[in-house]
Amino acid sequence: MYDVMIIGAGVIGSSVARELSRFQLKTCVLEREVDVCEGTSKANSGIVHSGFDAKPNSLKAKLNVKGSKMMEQLSKDLDFPYRKNGSIVLCFHEEDMDKLEALCEQGKKNGVDGIRIVKGEEMKQLEPNISDEVVGLLYAPTGGIVCPFNLTIAMAENANVNGVEFKFDCEVEHIEKIEEGYKLKTSQGDYETKVIVNAAGVYGDVFNNMVSKRKLSITPRKGEYCLLDKKVGTFVNKTVFQLPTKLGKGVLITPTVHGNLLIGPNANDIDDKENVETTSEGITDIIEKAKLSSGKVPANQVITSFAGLRAHEAGDDFVIGEAVDAKGFFNAVGIESPGLSSAPAIGVMMAQLVEEYLLPPKKKHFIATRKGMVDLAHASKEEIAELVKKRPEYGTVVCRCEMVTEGEIIDAIQRPLGAKTMDGVKRRTRAGMGRCQAGFCTPKTMEILARELHLSPFDITKSGKDATLLVGYDKEDL
Amino acid sequence: MKYDIVIVGGGPAGLAAATSAKENGIDRILILERDHELGGILNQCIHNGFGLHTFKEELTGPEYAERFIEKIKALNIEYKLNTMVLDISKDKKVTALNKEDGLFEIEAGSIILAMGCRERSRGALNIPGYRPAGVYSAGTAQRFVNIEGYMPGKEVVILGSGDIGLIMARRMTLEGAKVKVVAELMPYSGGLKRNIVQCLDDFGIPLKLSHTVTKIHGKERVTGVTLAQVDENRKPIEGTEEYYSCDTLLLSVGLIPENELTNNLDVKMVPVTSGPEVNESLETSMEGVFACGNVLHVHDLVDYVTEEAVAAGKNAAKYIHGEYKKGTYIELVGCDGVRYTVPKYINPDNMEDVVTVRFRVGDVYKDSYVSVSFDEKEVIHRKKRVLAPGEMEDVKLKKEDILAQSDLKKITIRIKED
Repeated sequence: MYDVMIIGAGVIGSSVARELSRFQLKTCVLEREVDVCEGTSKANSGIVHSGFDAKPNSLKAKLNVKGSKMMEQLSKDLDFPYRKNGSIVLCFHEEDMDKLEALCEQGKKNGVDGIRIVKGEEMKQLEPNISDEVVGLLYAPTGGIVCPFNLTIAMAENANVNGVEFKFDCEVEHIEKIEEGYKLKTSQGDYETKVIVNAAGVYGDVFNNMVSKRKLSITPRKGEYCLLDKKVGTFVNKTVFQLPTKLGKGVLITPTVHGNLLIGPNANDIDDKENVETTSEGITDIIEKAKLSSGKVPANQVITSFAGLRAHEAGDDFVIGEAVDAKGFFNAVGIESPGLSSAPAIGVMMAQLVEEYLLPPKKKHFIATRKGMVDLAHASKEEIAELVKKRPEYGTVVCRCEMVTEGEIIDAIQRPLGAKTMDGVKRRTRAGMGRCQAGFCTPKTMEILARELHLSPFDITKSGKDATLLVGYDKEDL
Repeated sequence: MKYDIVIVGGGPAGLAAATSAKENGIDRILILERDHELGGILNQCIHNGFGLHTFKEELTGPEYAERFIEKIKALNIEYKLNTMVLDISKDKKVTALNKEDGLFEIEAGSIILAMGCRERSRGALNIPGYRPAGVYSAGTAQRFVNIEGYMPGKEVVILGSGDIGLIMARRMTLEGAKVKVVAELMPYSGGLKRNIVQCLDDFGIPLKLSHTVTKIHGKERVTGVTLAQVDENRKPIEGTEEYYSCDTLLLSVGLIPENELTNNLDVKMVPVTSGPEVNESLETSMEGVFACGNVLHVHDLVDYVTEEAVAAGKNAAKYIHGEYKKGTYIELVGCDGVRYTVPKYINPDNMEDVVTVRFRVGDVYKDSYVSVSFDEKEVIHRKKRVLAPGEMEDVKLKKEDILAQSDLKKITIRIKED
């Protein structure tokens, strides 16, 4: 019997797993996909919100501000890319300035440091490319950007190193209350556990509703994005939001922590929890809206577009805590924006709740830090020379756009919870994430994956299951 | 390490440039190639049709490459494989990385850029839908099929009628796949006429002009695509959607010169070609840095790449020998349907007896004229039955004609319809 089973290996499940790995608990994360970070965590803005946006005293506000304050230290402890680039919110009409002021006040109430209104010339000093139509802006210097993949991977790896088990390709089909806790029927068999943590993203309501009469309802709220070439990665330096108006919430333009430019998202409520397809209307919409912030937005530099689903709960706030009528069943549900920013704080909060419930002793030898991936593209000449000496494969460039070497790909595969798929390699190393979008490196990366994992090339997939890349040998059907 | 000429790229352009430089008296030449063998993309082009101009016979890609590789070996030209150039500095220091040497630096007297090009990706087109496995650029599929021996799919739709797409339509068919349709956004094909006949018509593969993919279906692997007709603004026309079930979408939607290193060098670029601006000697705006092949502008035929690279090699040799003259430049301008010219400038003092000026047109023209003017005076008026964007054109300018026109400032190439 497990002490804790966490459903979902996204950023929340991974954060909870890491925080729980501080205790002497038999913990296991169940993930239906073949890797961590496969749902909402992989397709979002990658923003660490400073925390002005949520209503004061809401869980969103408290956990956002707390999570955002934890992020910098966490990025050092777990060695993932994070940058405090600052955020601005643009106001385009004098009559909306009171709303901007109100947002500023809300930020102050939420405990956001350094937040202030900027007008006049200073606006363009802060962000030269913004539209001339901007009449005032809100500046939050503590806003940041993070790599959502590496944040999740880092926390999951660290949890794993500290003893948390991960079962992939393991879909939870049914949950049954038993005397000591719960029995989970999964695609890989039955498991018993004292505590369940529900971190299942857009499926959070489904699992809650299996055990609780207090029903939750998650609406997938789709957001589409365009990712732009690194050539235009410094088009803006700060994360540029738009003040919501009666026409909608607006879209953001932001540099990513890896140096690309990202625009999006729109917001459309849908029924299908699997629907992450992009639409031509959606892409057109976000590009048009981005042009309000800057008419010069280089929309012809798009290298890929994608969509993600926000897990919007009907109550419009995070639902975190034990279900009132299901002892030992803890929800982390409705984790939409600012969920990524809040993730570290949600992990801490959930671990406290579980600690109070199970009263476990702390581990004596918790490993609090983790060494991230080698990153040759940003290493100095001396460091590269050292690395190649240590492992010659660091001298063989596989992904030319992002400068990723064979050595780094081997590392990504061999690490704890290592990459098993092309997407897994991509998110850990960035191989295939550049402007050619894996045109050149696909065959070589597949070859390395097959070799390192002792698989046939036909078993290498883009993202697990049926996402196969090759279907047979030449001429076999003739 | 010090070399007279460092050539970045060991594909057809790099190889021809190297042999030419050697034959013009340069001994210290080094080719840096990122792949594990010389020959570049020719190695995966196992179809025939190469070499008709250069060797007066029809070769396959690997055979064509082999001729040059043999020559490189016979001439004892040095090369390094599996070697990635990371940076070229303004003082011509080349930084590269490989397994054996680690990170190393070479001082070059002259540099020839011959990095080739890459394929445009799905992302650049913003094709909506899911992002499943089974969407490949035509060149990636070509590598799988022709080099690795694997089939990337069995039921195929191809978007784009560029030459690689056409060639792959035939190849996939020959290897046992069913190619259902080739869709082309434009009202004309981007590929060579001969490829449309030999790769599509001969195999009964339909080509749908003015069509595009409006949606990719399938969450894990492609299960189908939606095609729609487009209007004159290339926007899909509602009601014309047609669903094709398939497991693979191949994209042949354009090639982009790989000028990442060039961009770092700060040389002047030509937006239309995405290649550097060059003069009659194929020298970029940075003295002693030359460019040839698909990194300069995308070619249809390797034979023309070879011709261009031979010129670049010879000119780099001249530069090293100090035979290069400063002088005044005549500007070349393409207009009225001519999208660009290579070269962009001519210094008569450095030009050979004849300079080939290559260009592409922006539309399909029938029974039209290629017109060349020296300042206001028309000097060439040549009838062409068909001019198409998919076929590179050229005019040859004679040095004696240019010198005969005193104080010549501008050479204009245009298409005249009448």
